[in-house]
Amino acid sequence: MGVHELENLFQQKVDHEIKIEPKDWMPEKYRKTLVRQISQHAHSEIVGMLPEGNWITRAPSLRRKATLLAKVQDEAGHGLYLYSAAETLGISRDEMLNQLHTGTAKYSSIFNYPTLSWADIGAIGWLVDGAAIMNQVPLCRSSYGPYARAMVRICKEESFHQRQGFEILLSLSKGTPAQHKMAQDSLNRWWWPSVMMFGPKDDESPNSVDSMKWKIKRFTNDELRQKFVDICAEQVKILGLQLPDNDLKWNDERGHYDFGAINWDEFWQVVKGNGPCNKQRLDARNKAHNEGAWVREAAIAHAEKKKQRTAKAAA
Amino acid sequence: MNNKEWPLWEVFIRSRQGLDHKHVGSLHAVDAEMAIENARDVYTRRMEGVSIWVVESKSIHASNPDDASSLYDPANDKAYRHPTFYELPDELRHM
Repeated sequence: MGVHELENLFQQKVDHEIKIEPKDWMPEKYRKTLVRQISQHAHSEIVGMLPEGNWITRAPSLRRKATLLAKVQDEAGHGLYLYSAAETLGISRDEMLNQLHTGTAKYSSIFNYPTLSWADIGAIGWLVDGAAIMNQVPLCRSSYGPYARAMVRICKEESFHQRQGFEILLSLSKGTPAQHKMAQDSLNRWWWPSVMMFGPKDDESPNSVDSMKWKIKRFTNDELRQKFVDICAEQVKILGLQLPDNDLKWNDERGHYDFGAINWDEFWQVVKGNGPCNKQRLDARNKAHNEGAWVREAAIAHAEKKKQRTAKAAA
Repeated sequence: MNNKEWPLWEVFIRSRQGLDHKHVGSLHAVDAEMAIENARDVYTRRMEGVSIWVVESKSIHASNPDDASSLYDPANDKAYRHPTFYELPDELRHM
């Protein structure tokens, strides 16, 4: 069968909502797009542990500490589900980690912003995890089976992440004036980077067309962004806080909130590695990986020795 | 320096007593013992299972999707293997 015919058959399957599985034929570009997207997603989960890990030892109560520990452990788990989904496409774990550590692979830019106060843990939960959920729920129906299945598990776990964040912000907002101010300051810093999490505008998102055709993605960046703004604009009222956007206004005609201009210069600067914490994050990842090398080696050596010992005993 | 990657394992979990083990994903570990420990942390943080199987991925042999038609199509025209194929009188109930 020629490539053209195989491509047609592939597209027919996708159009009929038949999932693509690892051993099925797929266009090379589909495979590459998925490897890039899934590994970036995995890297984001792993790097995403860093800004939050910063606050585990300083959580204000045992309840908050236990929650934050569980959340960070979830992020590690999510990274692992996704790495293993990407590995079904023929890339090795080491290759992916190497791409992360050398800076050739990207991760979500949001994690290049610093967590300056405890309220940031609340804002990350409500906004960053909220935006992630908005992105991830449609990915549960993604055309690639292992990715879709990993996303189902992730979405189930992600919901508590957003709720605990909202709870933190609500407590602070209703607390002392200083706590209220801390919550507002945190929203002021996290709102725009969260809105940018949906990626470039549709007409500047070159991979979107193929991803939509292949049903890797179900909604465009701008569609998801609008949905996110609409939901947050309502929820922030319950918090008794303000989103830092003077142009945020309900538009009756569109049935959506209008919102202010996004600072795309900032977006591209952070993507290119010039965000406030890009260097710090990569350094932390590399340090952890390098300092853990002896553990990985020792574990292999120990397993091999054990195997030889059992073989000898059996002989 | 030993740059060897830890082997890949497939993880199967029995979610409740009485149900089958079901494939949930994979992970890396140096041996079966570590694979089970890691599977516990990665795949059962919320009581998703009561039993774990791990199998080294290289031990799994899979059918080729290109053979799907020769493997499964022959079953397509054998309707007589299903109970609804048989025409029985209406008086006969519960069979």
